[in-house]
Amino acid sequence: MASLANVHLGTPFLPSPASLRGRSAACGVGGVAPRRAPRIQAKIREIFMPALSSTMTEGKIVSWAKAEGDKLAKGESVVVVESDKADMDVETFYDGYLAAIMVEEGAVAAVGSAIALLAETEDEIPLAKSQAASSSATMASDGPAASRPVADTAAPPSPLETAPEALSSSPPSSNFSPVAASSAHPASEGGQRTIATPYAKKLAKDLKVELGSVAGSGPMGRIVAKDVEVAAAATAAAPVSTAPPKSVSNSSAVKAPASPAIQLGTVVPFTTMQGAVSKNMVESLSVPTFRVGYTITTNALDDLYKKIKSKGVTMTALLAKATAMALMKHPIVNSSCRDGKSFTYNSSINIAVAVAIDGGLITPVLQDADKVDIYSLSRKWKELVDKARAKQLQSHEYNTGTFTLSNLGMFGVDRFDAILPPGTGAIMAVGASQSTVVATKDGRIGVKSQMQVNVTADHRVIYGADLAAFLQTLAKIIEDPKELTL
Amino acid sequence: MQASLSLSLSLPPAAPRSDPAPTVFRPSALRFCGLRREALGLRPLRPAGSTWVFPSPARTPSRKTVAAVSGNGSPSKGFDYDLVIIGAGVGGHGAALHAVEKGLKTAIIEGDIVGGTCVNRGCVPSKALLAVSGRMRELQNEHHLKALGLQVSSPGYDRQGVADHANNLASKIRNNLTNSLKALGVDILTGVGTIAGTQKVKYGKVGFPDTEITAKDIIIATGSVPFVPNGIEVDGKTVFTSDHALKLEWVPEWIAIVGSGYIGLEFSDVYSALGSEVTFVEALDQLMPGFDPEIGKLAQRVLINPRKIDYHTGVFAKKITPAKDGKPVLIELIDAKTKEPKDTLEVDAALIATGRAPFTKGLGLENINIVTQRGFVPVNERMQVIDASGNLIPHLYCIGDANGKMMLAHAASAQGISVVEQIGGRDNVLNHLSIPAACFTHPEISMVGMTEPQAREKAQQEGFEVSVAKTSFKANTKALAENEGEGLAKLIYRPDTGEILGVHILGMHAADLIHEASNAIALGTRVQDIKFAVHAHPTLSEVLDELFKSAKVFECISGVHSMRNCA
Repeated sequence: MASLANVHLGTPFLPSPASLRGRSAACGVGGVAPRRAPRIQAKIREIFMPALSSTMTEGKIVSWAKAEGDKLAKGESVVVVESDKADMDVETFYDGYLAAIMVEEGAVAAVGSAIALLAETEDEIPLAKSQAASSSATMASDGPAASRPVADTAAPPSPLETAPEALSSSPPSSNFSPVAASSAHPASEGGQRTIATPYAKKLAKDLKVELGSVAGSGPMGRIVAKDVEVAAAATAAAPVSTAPPKSVSNSSAVKAPASPAIQLGTVVPFTTMQGAVSKNMVESLSVPTFRVGYTITTNALDDLYKKIKSKGVTMTALLAKATAMALMKHPIVNSSCRDGKSFTYNSSINIAVAVAIDGGLITPVLQDADKVDIYSLSRKWKELVDKARAKQLQSHEYNTGTFTLSNLGMFGVDRFDAILPPGTGAIMAVGASQSTVVATKDGRIGVKSQMQVNVTADHRVIYGADLAAFLQTLAKIIEDPKELTL
Repeated sequence: MQASLSLSLSLPPAAPRSDPAPTVFRPSALRFCGLRREALGLRPLRPAGSTWVFPSPARTPSRKTVAAVSGNGSPSKGFDYDLVIIGAGVGGHGAALHAVEKGLKTAIIEGDIVGGTCVNRGCVPSKALLAVSGRMRELQNEHHLKALGLQVSSPGYDRQGVADHANNLASKIRNNLTNSLKALGVDILTGVGTIAGTQKVKYGKVGFPDTEITAKDIIIATGSVPFVPNGIEVDGKTVFTSDHALKLEWVPEWIAIVGSGYIGLEFSDVYSALGSEVTFVEALDQLMPGFDPEIGKLAQRVLINPRKIDYHTGVFAKKITPAKDGKPVLIELIDAKTKEPKDTLEVDAALIATGRAPFTKGLGLENINIVTQRGFVPVNERMQVIDASGNLIPHLYCIGDANGKMMLAHAASAQGISVVEQIGGRDNVLNHLSIPAACFTHPEISMVGMTEPQAREKAQQEGFEVSVAKTSFKANTKALAENEGEGLAKLIYRPDTGEILGVHILGMHAADLIHEASNAIALGTRVQDIKFAVHAHPTLSEVLDELFKSAKVFECISGVHSMRNCA
């Protein structure tokens, strides 16, 4: 998404006090005077959310009295705003055309933030529209109107340029308030209709999830509330215990964002991503989880890795493949319980792997990891990581995981414990492989590479014996990894 | 839930207003004599001393006595009955009860089941469902419970149990109704009634009305059935009307409700409490078009926005296809104005709540030159039926949904009582503006009289001023004790005379609170008088107390209007 700051700084207008007039009486209102607009586009004015009372901090757009393209006369009522006290008509101070509505009906905007653009002449409407589009692209929005410009125009800034923010939505940081357009129709993407239930739509708006990119799991593929929650969760984070500072897989990872300007003692509101992570973490408390650990010898795996590394195979892909193959034999560990009354044996084995990206976490998914061969899987993984860095992952590429892997072993962590992402059955925390003095079978002392894995699972459906059996199988596969390359 | 089309809410022309107190006390001696004269004249054989000769003022005791002593009256000379009522719904029942009290020999013809729509397929079973939904809502509202210090773990419901409760309630009320008619000696004639001619009714099986009876007066009270617009295919399973919905055979995950009037709104309350997601389809530009706009706006904020409900306004459901072959219910929406296709919804079920259509076919109205208007039987303000040439048809009345004046069960009953009064020789015009209406959502909505726009329009035409007073439930002790501070009461009145034009309430128990206002309108009580009435503290009724006290009535002293608070 385009960076909001750019757009905004490029705008020559400064908010001038927008006054308003109540239905019954009093003072005039307005659009915005471009008094300090010496540079460009002096004839496109912003209409700001007015302060209707001394206590008002944000206002909700009840209805737009005019549509985009309508001619406005000075003093005409343009929009009805609901404040904490009453609904008021807001009038314009200028003649012109309502070029672009930036805050849809039903949405909320902070006092002083732009809610629409007013063009002086008809010719300037397109210009104003593009201006609005580029700014709305920065706003999290599920409305088709806003999603279009995102796709068409806004080139995603490189991760290094932007402040760490959520992958899918960057909360506005300047005087735009967070606004999600209310979509009257189901979002559509590529002409394909998207069906979402009322609650799914409300949630999508609240969680700032783009409905068009959510995979529906409801009847006839409709998007239900759970799908939106899963999408938001996946966007937000693979809830590993702590955010690893670097990517799991790639040593050429982006530099962790330096944090030069942390002001100690300040209170920082959550970004959208942090908010979503927080929500997920709290939600995870409603699932009764337990943990089972296992130590696996990795000498054979390490040997295999050395052999096929040159062919582009990564350790992450190997681990994912081994896990998927073990899951094939233990479908219960690949199941999930969503409603507390039933559980689903998932039809595919999709391994989600936690990756750190600047300022957050994402879990790209290796779909059908049991079926895809190790080379293709490795290529797929690389592609996903690249996409994740560029913040171009499609939602099905990060929210369809059925089992999650989190690997902090590469940072020397020898053991840890992961939090189960809501909506899945189990997550495996992989520690570092270390040379360990062991007693060998023939009673001697030997040295072997061993790693500790620790699986967290939903005990409503997955029991201790299930995990034990699964881990045994996994250990067998890893200790004799021939099958991985088949 | 008996109520219907928002259209039906558009109150009848101002005629009744000229007569604000409906039970007008004409010189009472005269009235009394009139009755007695007529009664005695017509029933010479009746032994003096029958209770109907000296009606006691209170209805219930009188009814009892009548039942005990003589039961149903004896018919007028030359007639089988004094009064025959076609239809045993709430309207017919109310009329029959009052007729017996007035000593009329009464029969009621029921072609379906006693109780009609209200008891069997309307207000009564829906109240059972709403009682459940209200409790579910409370139990699910963790935040609310926590604030009260309550802990409830995972509330749930048994669909069949809920459905049984509704069904049991309906049969209980139906039995009560039947018993009360029987106890009074009202003859319940089973079959479909048809008007055979002046003062003649036939009844029997459909198409074979083989029994003919004569009656001095006839009341048509055949009620209404759910209205289903063209293009909508009702299969009773996935596309259905309130008739089916009240059986609660299943709770769809996602249901579209076509129509956002009382019926739709109440069902949205039920379904959303039971876990469904709801999509409203409303032809007009805003939801709840029949309500006072301010109440509607608040209702949307309280009853729609925070729930799992979305809506499409300004659209018609042009075509609705039931679910089959694994496909969902398809609803084709077109723009209400341009008729352009707008959208297609795919849902699990659709409830058609687009209002109710009068049930007047097969009544034999053509036998006596009556032409119905969209099915409604044309009547004057005294419920006397008007024929095709505009003349009143003597001895024939129509009450309730069948005349379409105000499609509410209690309105039908009130109209029936008014008719019986007229039959008894006391002129009576029912003031429809004094009839309250209620929507039993959580919280409830109730209203009586005019909405603010209606009042302002009338004021403009007639040149008077309109004032509005409002109070909030937030300031009410009892409401706060219940932690239900959400709500508004609104009074529309004339500041010059203190006349109450309308009262609208959204809030806890609004349906029970409205009667103070409706009684005031019915009795012509003015704001400056009712404000001195005392309300128990702390009760929700103080919301109205405060409302009346906050009204400001001009005091007219020697032609000078001065605004002052009369408190």
